[in-house]
Amino acid sequence: MTFLNFLIGGISLGSIYAIIALGYTMVYGIAKMLNFAHGDVIMVGAYICFYAISRFSLPPLVGVLLAMFVCTVLGMVVERLAYKPLRAAPSLAVLITAIGVSYFLQNAALLLWSSNPKVFPSVVGTGKVALFGGELTITHVTIVTIVSCVVIMLALTWFTGKTKMGKAMRACSEDKGAAQLMGINVNATISMTFAIGSGLAAIAGVLLCSAYPTLVPTTGSMPGIKAFTAAVFGGIGSIPGALLGGLLLGVIEIFAKAYISTQLSDAIVFAVLIVVLLVKPAGLLGKQIREKV
Amino acid sequence: MANKLKTLSKTSRRNYLTYVLVILAYLVLQLLSGSLSSSLKGMLVPICAYVVMAISLNLTVGILGELSLGHAGFMSVGAFTGVTAAVALQGVIPIAPLRLAIGMVVGAAFAALAGFLIGIPVLRLKGDYLAIVTLAFGEIIKSIFNNLYVGMDGNGLHFSLLSDSTDLAEGGKLIIGGPMGIGGIQKISTFTAGFLLVMITLVVVFNLVNSRSGRAIMAIRDNRIAAESVGVNITKYKMMAFVTSAALAGSAGTLFAMNYSTIVANKFDFNTSILVLVFVVLGGQGNMLGSIVAAAALTILPEALRQFADYRMLVYAIVLILVMLATNNPSFKSFWSRITGKRDKKEAA
Repeated sequence: MTFLNFLIGGISLGSIYAIIALGYTMVYGIAKMLNFAHGDVIMVGAYICFYAISRFSLPPLVGVLLAMFVCTVLGMVVERLAYKPLRAAPSLAVLITAIGVSYFLQNAALLLWSSNPKVFPSVVGTGKVALFGGELTITHVTIVTIVSCVVIMLALTWFTGKTKMGKAMRACSEDKGAAQLMGINVNATISMTFAIGSGLAAIAGVLLCSAYPTLVPTTGSMPGIKAFTAAVFGGIGSIPGALLGGLLLGVIEIFAKAYISTQLSDAIVFAVLIVVLLVKPAGLLGKQIREKV
Repeated sequence: MANKLKTLSKTSRRNYLTYVLVILAYLVLQLLSGSLSSSLKGMLVPICAYVVMAISLNLTVGILGELSLGHAGFMSVGAFTGVTAAVALQGVIPIAPLRLAIGMVVGAAFAALAGFLIGIPVLRLKGDYLAIVTLAFGEIIKSIFNNLYVGMDGNGLHFSLLSDSTDLAEGGKLIIGGPMGIGGIQKISTFTAGFLLVMITLVVVFNLVNSRSGRAIMAIRDNRIAAESVGVNITKYKMMAFVTSAALAGSAGTLFAMNYSTIVANKFDFNTSILVLVFVVLGGQGNMLGSIVAAAALTILPEALRQFADYRMLVYAIVLILVMLATNNPSFKSFWSRITGKRDKKEAA
């Protein structure tokens, strides 16, 4: 039963990683950039939700929606001001700009909200479901996390597969020039991708802080790095890959913590990543592009 | 002399300029050492360490053309092994500079070994996948040194992982104490030692870049397939650049660590790797002088922004973003070239 408990814990953590990884993977797929500021958008989302719930005593759902709204706008503004002028620049320049944005968000949060850790109120209460005569307990947070991850995945799959905007996104990620010739507004599509990714980051931030309720301005960085790893693990640019990578990463992390060593769990997660990339250099579900000479 | 300078190639003239400027900077700072503020004086050794880090990372990023996000990992390996060596030899070798030099060599050797080991998987990968493996390497190194215990007694060195079970004999001493890192380090790093390390790094890097091997490395960067087709051994030359870069970072780590009384593994995290990458990109990829200037300027900048108090890191972030926009945005660029009257190289071609 403890095994099952750990497994569920792993899937829950993995679901959060998967939601964050979606933001990385979608932006990478379209803009071909590693958006290092993504982890800090998570933190901003969590803070907005925290203040909405505990200061202005809004209902949790309103808090989550408000956080999503703010993060979506933030993502679009950052894209417009910092990344759009660099569309033609070398990818390293964009990477450093993203790092600059990440520093900016962290330090702005430090000034606005101070470095004192905030205790995040769980948005879904602290209830538990006991199964098998109490041997297996699942918190409501876990259930909500896993369900939201599944819903988001289904919605995104439908969105990229069926809607006009989603098809435009896929077209842009394949070939920006050709997409533009077909009358797709590439800039609007990229902006839309950032909006969706940042909105998802807000949800991930709320779920993350509901499960691990300490909120500081650097809350987002480590989950951000892990989720980025998850995106690469599954094959960056691939939406199902982000889900698979996130879930695997979460499960490996929890199992490593439970059965091997708490302190070395990060090392184990990253070592598994290196081994996987050795065997499958483009990630688990990534497409291996053949080189043409 | 003037004639001789003219006959030199453009690259070697630039290399000599770099040497001369570094020596001048050292002499000027030595002359001024009486009037420097104590905070600036305390930063001289870290600046040297960061300069070496930036030059060595520039070898990977600018010359080899691969993005590394775990350069602080090599610094960490160098710092911990080098300091351990220096502490272990404290009784044997009383001359501090010699002990520091041995520490640096040990740090460089272990970092080179780490570079070789991580190079095997890393150099099979391309682009962002390579970047993520170096990131993973940096995190693994951080975790390991956070849980490593090394002690020394009459019977030699003792190692243990996770918990302190070194079981030292009477009079033994714990050198690396897991998350506590290394404490009670004798601060034997000096500005002169840092300056010498910077000069050695420059000599190593310039000679590598201007050699047959260096041209092979740059050929791989510019077009891997073309280089392979004319018989350049890709793995060998990539590994050569990568291991050299790691070794230099290792000695920088030793220099850096010996400047503080305590050093912990968390000091060498992802943010440190990123910081060094920022130096390289701001200074210009492949441009060693640029790396030196950027590393020195950006290490001093947070100090110089002290008047902004709480806002200084915010200002730092804004400066970083604006500099990247100003140097890479096409409209900014054409505006700039109109002022200076120089045509953009790309436009000219």
